[in-house]
Amino acid sequence: MWEYSDKVKEHFFNPHNVGKIDDADVVVEVGSAACGDALKLYLKIDNDVITDAKFQTYGCGSAIASSSVLTDMIIGKKLDEVKTITNEDIVKILGGLPPAKIHCSVMAQEAIEKALNVYYGKAAEEKLADGEYIVCHCFNVSNFKIEKVLKEHNLQTVEEVTHYTKAGGACGKCKPNIEKIIQEYYKKGAAKKMTNLEKIERIKSVINSEIRPALQNDGGDIELIDFKNDVVIVKLRGACGGCPMTKMTLKNFVEEVLKEKVDANLTVEEE
Amino acid sequence: MNREVYLDNNATTKVAPEVLQEMLPYFCEYYGNPSSAHNFGANVRKRIDAAREKVAQLIGALPEEIIFTSGGTESDNTAIHSALATQPNKKHIITSKVEHPAVLNYCKYLEKNGYKVSYINVDEDGNIDLPELENSIRQDTAIISIMYANNETGVIFPIKRIAEIAKNHGVLVHTDAVQAVGKIPINLKDMQIDMLSISGHKIHSPKGIGVLYIRKNLKFKPFIIGGHQENGLRAGTENVASIIGLGKACELALKNIDYENTKVRELRDKLECGLVEKIKLTKVNGKNAERLPNTLNISFKNVEGEAILLYLNEKRICASSGSACTTGSLEPSHVLMAMKTPFEYAHGSIRFSFSKYNTIEDVDCVLAEMPAIIEKLRNLSPFQD
Repeated sequence: MWEYSDKVKEHFFNPHNVGKIDDADVVVEVGSAACGDALKLYLKIDNDVITDAKFQTYGCGSAIASSSVLTDMIIGKKLDEVKTITNEDIVKILGGLPPAKIHCSVMAQEAIEKALNVYYGKAAEEKLADGEYIVCHCFNVSNFKIEKVLKEHNLQTVEEVTHYTKAGGACGKCKPNIEKIIQEYYKKGAAKKMTNLEKIERIKSVINSEIRPALQNDGGDIELIDFKNDVVIVKLRGACGGCPMTKMTLKNFVEEVLKEKVDANLTVEEE
Repeated sequence: MNREVYLDNNATTKVAPEVLQEMLPYFCEYYGNPSSAHNFGANVRKRIDAAREKVAQLIGALPEEIIFTSGGTESDNTAIHSALATQPNKKHIITSKVEHPAVLNYCKYLEKNGYKVSYINVDEDGNIDLPELENSIRQDTAIISIMYANNETGVIFPIKRIAEIAKNHGVLVHTDAVQAVGKIPINLKDMQIDMLSISGHKIHSPKGIGVLYIRKNLKFKPFIIGGHQENGLRAGTENVASIIGLGKACELALKNIDYENTKVRELRDKLECGLVEKIKLTKVNGKNAERLPNTLNISFKNVEGEAILLYLNEKRICASSGSACTTGSLEPSHVLMAMKTPFEYAHGSIRFSFSKYNTIEDVDCVLAEMPAIIEKLRNLSPFQD
């Protein structure tokens, strides 16, 4: 059994705002019986303020708890405020969710997102957009949705994508395609949109998780000194410091890895 | 109620007090190594042989056909490994879609290493497709590994018939009998089974001990390589206390087999009838098949299994579920999926599994709590039909 936080249990055993609103202004449903969870959200909206919200949920403990928390969060709020709710806000209030249960909070976020779209007359988003296609047929997850969670949560692995969207969680046939989407996403689109700050964060993380351990294996080490105009300035230390192969290491290894994982335009120079 | 209502005996069982009693001296008193030359060790060896005899009796085998392993998983892996290692030109395995992961995932691993596997279908009641099984046999089929009874639904497979089919084609047969042993009579003198797996902790002995039955004169290659223990068939110093315990557990199981098929069955049937009567829109999975006397797998439409378990847990009722959410996978039980159970039922399946330690009070407790739990969750659900 999962280790649920007390907050999850509290909302599961005594969920708030359960039921229907007969004269609701918006009713939306996300998920399906086949997927094992579904959430129907009823909203009463007055003057751009959510005056009442109720839900009906079919699903596990965390699905019910996420729904309950969502309704608590949105009642009495202006639509503008509600727009910015993320699944992470829900997870936070719940005191955390097991990794494999994150999709339950995503379902709650999707419900409010869909409700706002319906309310604003953008209900057509049900149809696939240009360039959008279904990647995971078991859970009906599109490439756009996968790219969205990659962007919002900086996900790196197929497993993480599964935790957030369920894609790849049943038959698993689409896992290679998800992998491809992840690789392409980080190669192209994401790099262009990244701010300098985001680039520095990613460079740091790649250096620490991939480059440094490899160099340390050979008795060397590396330090990030500066970053400007797509030039990464580093200092090689330890055995690497006096090594005649330093240039090779920098160009063929450090630069290659950073180009692949962060941005193809990067170059690496030694201080 | 002030105690656990334990109805998850297909997951694991309580160690019988008689079993524990029998084991205790083998920790601090008789701790000799059975392989040692001195009497202190040799005496332990005699007790291991006595335990081996008791295991053999339970399934109608000879003592020399029994080797002790670390459990059901090792026994299953070993059986398939040996069939392939002793017939290196045969690269094909037949199993079912509803096997325990100990067989299923080992087969998937073998597939990645160049072997071919046929996974035989079951019908909506969980019965295996025998014509499909026979038609799947090829020139290079090394082994047919089919479980004796299913752990989730309790559905019993016609192992005797499967062994006959296999023998007609000269193919080896292994059966994972982990759930069947001790619950239904098994007599290997009646059947042409080559290998059979047993797990100790499903029959009131400790975890971490199991058995592989290997038919006399069968070509065999060990899975665990090392010392000469178990006649050179399974290396590693014997898990002495657990072997002694398992011997005792087998002796008790043999005595208990009628009780299992009368009294335990009565409790199961009472729970089954009671739930079906009190709660609308249920489905007993495997209802029309021959089933183990202790297992009830029942689905509640439009309710998610994990949610039910959380409520049962609050009432200190222990059961398990084939719902996707309890396992961490996102798809419901592979067994219920193979039986083509509709999703709205498959996600809401609960397994209650009994042992001789359960009482009528346990059944009454579940019957008292369950209707309110299902009603509460159904009221929460957007699917109201």
